[in-house]
Amino acid sequence: MIDARQLTKRYGGTTAVDGLDFVVKPGTVTGFLGPNGAGKSTTMRMIVGLDAPTSGSVTVNGHHYARHQAPLQEVGALLEAKSIHPGRSAYNHLRALALTHGIPRHRVDEVIDLAGLGSVAKKRAGAFSLGMGQRLGIAAALLGDPQTVMLDEPVNGLDPEGVLWIRNLLTTLADEGRTVFVSSHLMSEMALVADHLIIVGRGRLLADTTVGDLIREAGGDTVKVATQDPARLRDVLAGPGVDVTGRIGSEELQVTGLTAREIGLKAAEHGIALFELSARTVSLEEAFMDLTRDAVEYHGSTTGIETLGRPA
Amino acid sequence: MSTLTATAEEPRTAPARPAYRVTGRRVLSSEWAKLWSLRSTWITLGLGLLFLVAFGLIAASRYKSGINSGHVDRDFTTSTAVSLSLFGTNFAQLALGVLGVLVTAGEYSTGMIRSTLAAVPRRLPVLWSKAAVFGMVALVVGTLGAFVAFLIGSGIVSGTPAAMGLSHAGVLRSLLGAGLYLGLVGVIGAALGALLRSVAGGISVLVATLMLIPGLISLLPSSWQDDISPYLPSNAGESMFALTHDSTTLSPGAGLLVFLCWTALALAGAAYRLARSDV
Repeated sequence: MIDARQLTKRYGGTTAVDGLDFVVKPGTVTGFLGPNGAGKSTTMRMIVGLDAPTSGSVTVNGHHYARHQAPLQEVGALLEAKSIHPGRSAYNHLRALALTHGIPRHRVDEVIDLAGLGSVAKKRAGAFSLGMGQRLGIAAALLGDPQTVMLDEPVNGLDPEGVLWIRNLLTTLADEGRTVFVSSHLMSEMALVADHLIIVGRGRLLADTTVGDLIREAGGDTVKVATQDPARLRDVLAGPGVDVTGRIGSEELQVTGLTAREIGLKAAEHGIALFELSARTVSLEEAFMDLTRDAVEYHGSTTGIETLGRPA
Repeated sequence: MSTLTATAEEPRTAPARPAYRVTGRRVLSSEWAKLWSLRSTWITLGLGLLFLVAFGLIAASRYKSGINSGHVDRDFTTSTAVSLSLFGTNFAQLALGVLGVLVTAGEYSTGMIRSTLAAVPRRLPVLWSKAAVFGMVALVVGTLGAFVAFLIGSGIVSGTPAAMGLSHAGVLRSLLGAGLYLGLVGVIGAALGALLRSVAGGISVLVATLMLIPGLISLLPSSWQDDISPYLPSNAGESMFALTHDSTTLSPGAGLLVFLCWTALALAGAAYRLARSDV
């Protein structure tokens, strides 16, 4: 359980995280989505106390992270940037972290096997590929058998097999009743694993919703239909939960609440000719883009050019 | 996978979860393990020991050959077995001080510090443990080196005016003082590394403090020099292991006290930055 209240972080004049309020609940995978520079990593660093909030607060399982007696048992975190000494072997890295908590040696071996690092555990971590480094970071996150697992962009640099492994791991962890909080800037990846979504842009909360709701709100499941007789088709389709819109004088209608198949059947039943009938499913990606369009930090913006053209 | 699936079958509130806990001792043991699991530690400590012993022996041999050939170098006229065998302290302090910087600043340059502080979010125990572990290691290496250098060096210069035995007044104190000085240099290195969070910065300040500032002080008016000079880290430290003292130097006890103050100052700065700023 992670509980952020009015969490804010400013660096000089820029506000990286701006009054975030959210709760991450146990038992599900919660995706933390936002474009690059939205403040996801900063938020995660504040959760584990690496950065101090400028104002507001964030607690884990009811307490500030640093107040826990065994922090690694509360939150296991994989942070975006590399957090290892390249000269140390994977085994020695995990062992050093385990020693701070009195975590036994066999648990170190367990997480090494779990992350599939058995064959390289004695090698210098500096020689690891990006994917291996990610696996070592995940092994470290799971070391304390934590109630909350927090992973910042975990699929970065992983091969397809590794991506699949992460997906299964996240689902398993959530099924075990743990709190799983995963950041990504890829909606498509999140859609496959996350049940709940916290979407941020420019440090602000844009949506705290479920995958299904997000699609619905973005106007998903619309069917576009073009017909010879829009007025009659409107009457035929009308019913509870069905919404038909269309411009006057246009042959085109937008229908929600009915499938393309149902519309086609009804039109045939009443002898109305159709010219076009296509289901337009809004993808999560589109819904996400719509939501974050204004909040993208690094737009291919044209304002600069306009300013140049304007007389000073 | 075994543990993960095992916990799945238990209710979330099951008391079966192992009771882990961060303690000062455990942070110490973690820092101890971290220190010895890096190759650079072995190499640098080996170099420190080598400098200490080898330069002491070279100085003793040069003195001995000077005496034998009849003309003693001007630098050597007041030499003793102690001053000759501890000639390498200057070089050993560089190796040990640099390793001290690496112990802390190395974590920042590699990103390891994020793992370290995520495991010990109270932070300060990490600094105390690093300083204690590395300080003790540097003390042991420094003391060992000083005794080995003296035992061989005094053998070389036996029968010359510089000859001295372990039982000679002040010798034991000098050798232990040299070890303690090197241990504290290690702590200062670690503190500077944690304060500046940069390997290059830490080493630069360390070298400036121990080797450059004494030279720059000679640019000051001589009346100021006499007031300031004995209290500089390098000179106060030297008083800890010098056999003879005059009016321009501190006594061994005062030297130790002043050097301890410098160490404490560096540690306080490091602690302040560690506790206050983001990583």
